[in-house]
Amino acid sequence: MKEQTNLRAQEGPYFGEYGGRFVPESLIAALDELDATYKTAKADSSFAAELAELNRTYVGRPSIITEVPKFAKLAGDIRVFLKREDLNHTGSHKINNVIGQALLAKRMGKQRIIAETGAGQHGVASATAAALFGLECVVYMGEVDTKRQALNVARMQLLGATVIPVTTGSRTLKDAINEALRDWVTNVEDTHYLLGTVAGPHPFPTMVRDFHSIIGVESREQMLSEYGFLPDVLAACVGGGSNAIGLFHAFLDDADVKLWGFEAAGDGIDTPRHAATLSKGRVGVLHGAKSYLLQDEDGQTVESHSISAGLDYPGVGPEHAWLKDISRAEYFGITDDQAMQALMALSQTEGIIPAIETAHALAGVIEHGHKLPSGSSILINLSGRGDKDMETVGKYFGFLGSN
Amino acid sequence: MSKTADVLNGLNSQNEPALIGYFPAGFPTLEASVAACIAMCDAGVDVLELGVPYSDPVMDGLVIQEATEKALANGFKLKDLFPALRAITAAVQTPVLVMSYWNPILQYGVERFARDLKDAGGAGLITPDLIPDEAKQWLAISEELDLDRVFLATPSSSQERLAASANLSKGFVYAVSTMGITGAREDLDRKARDVVAGVKASGTSTPVCVGIGISSSAQVAEVNSYADGAIVGSLFIKAYLSGGIEELKTTVTELKSGSTK
Repeated sequence: MKEQTNLRAQEGPYFGEYGGRFVPESLIAALDELDATYKTAKADSSFAAELAELNRTYVGRPSIITEVPKFAKLAGDIRVFLKREDLNHTGSHKINNVIGQALLAKRMGKQRIIAETGAGQHGVASATAAALFGLECVVYMGEVDTKRQALNVARMQLLGATVIPVTTGSRTLKDAINEALRDWVTNVEDTHYLLGTVAGPHPFPTMVRDFHSIIGVESREQMLSEYGFLPDVLAACVGGGSNAIGLFHAFLDDADVKLWGFEAAGDGIDTPRHAATLSKGRVGVLHGAKSYLLQDEDGQTVESHSISAGLDYPGVGPEHAWLKDISRAEYFGITDDQAMQALMALSQTEGIIPAIETAHALAGVIEHGHKLPSGSSILINLSGRGDKDMETVGKYFGFLGSN
Repeated sequence: MSKTADVLNGLNSQNEPALIGYFPAGFPTLEASVAACIAMCDAGVDVLELGVPYSDPVMDGLVIQEATEKALANGFKLKDLFPALRAITAAVQTPVLVMSYWNPILQYGVERFARDLKDAGGAGLITPDLIPDEAKQWLAISEELDLDRVFLATPSSSQERLAASANLSKGFVYAVSTMGITGAREDLDRKARDVVAGVKASGTSTPVCVGIGISSSAQVAEVNSYADGAIVGSLFIKAYLSGGIEELKTTVTELKSGSTK
């Protein structure tokens, strides 16, 4: 037996030295209101019941676990299991957090929600919840991402949301968050900022984690009840880090379960074109929290690069920074090409098309699974489905003409 | 003691309006920004805010965003700030505060930044995304070096937070006039009066200045009727873009002389 830990008890605002609230004073009252509303809701059994009912009848939870033996052969003599968040309504884990926060927005009497989105999955989920609950929804999306994820832009518009292409800075997720923060500073009285990842000022990293922690809670029960053991390793892709922390959190105090996070290494982790924040970043402040980030010596944020819009972010959630520093989790880089090859591999070995983001975790398992003893098991968070990526995939592999 | 507060209180006691002017370092080039800042002071700005360009300025509207993006594109580096500051403070008597988002200061080193700021003749620091709750290191070193530290007070701040901002600010308190980001607006929010009243209710003797959205000499005069100074930024950048140093000086003169209390 390893020493019993209590890592799951972290409630923010700080995770070690990370987290906090590095935002304009204008937002503090809204963050306090959100924090108080969330704490009250958390203690209110009717909130939990409402959320559970929506998860069951709207999201489609619990999501299943699928064992993928043919894919596993690519990763050594191990067993590989997928937690199928791709089967949730809207096609990714993002809906877990969105439903929770939309309920909180209703409790706060806020009729307008705003969201940032990279790949568009969080934007689609937010637009979906807005339609469900009758809220106005504005989604900020970097102009570069509106082009590479055009199908998701159409989905958001179909759902009744307004999509605003962001043309400042690098025109990707980072700038979409800046624009959403500017909107929130201006319209804070009637607007809830439905932040889509475990970054940002307190209480977002804690609250978003809690809404996604159902992934790990279900997985832990399902592994024990269906297979009779816990996996040796959990694997997930990490951009801001929401799907990874969602899977990891319930297992943080299972010291025998290793945690692997896979960041986007773009063209290569030793090139300037990547999004491997934990592997290559330095500690600083971005978007309201202290964490690792990609920055130059002056503290100017450096543009990240990844074929996957959802991982193309130069920051990362503060709890991941802390888990890295205390060596509870390990983080590795996966290149664009590794991810694309893994995406094709899962599609052709198991008939499951993952999102490009998710494919980074699959590629990570192919690369690092061989390190494990024979008979080991890995549970991967299959965080999203790949339908939205067909244009990128088709071009990459030449199905739709050349790259 | 704060020279900035002395200047603002002095104007106040003579029923003269106070004008605080913002201009970004390195815009459009380092040399040009120094010249622009000196010209603003010569034309009558009572306190100068020298902005540090930053990649993710969430408090700034489009005019300042575009100006600071240009400064960065033209090669502005943080190490250039201090020679620029020194050149300005050597040429004028006006108190000069630096306005910067927190990460550049954090990367430079909070204490090192404070010492270099002091050495270059800077009066202190305005920190738009640093709330007093997260400012332990800055509170300590600014105290030691007797530097101004300006925190924000906003329409959404509780009375407790307004009081904390008042008690911990030095030089002046930055009262945010609207719930918006920076950028000239035609109608100045009435909420500014409530914020100023809330800060004053804490019993502070620190001046309270109003910023964000001020775009006319009438507004400068109006703000000065209930606060200790008006802060203007975007309008100066627009003036500079349309007519260079001459128009910048004209704008300062107009805003300053539009009316007296």
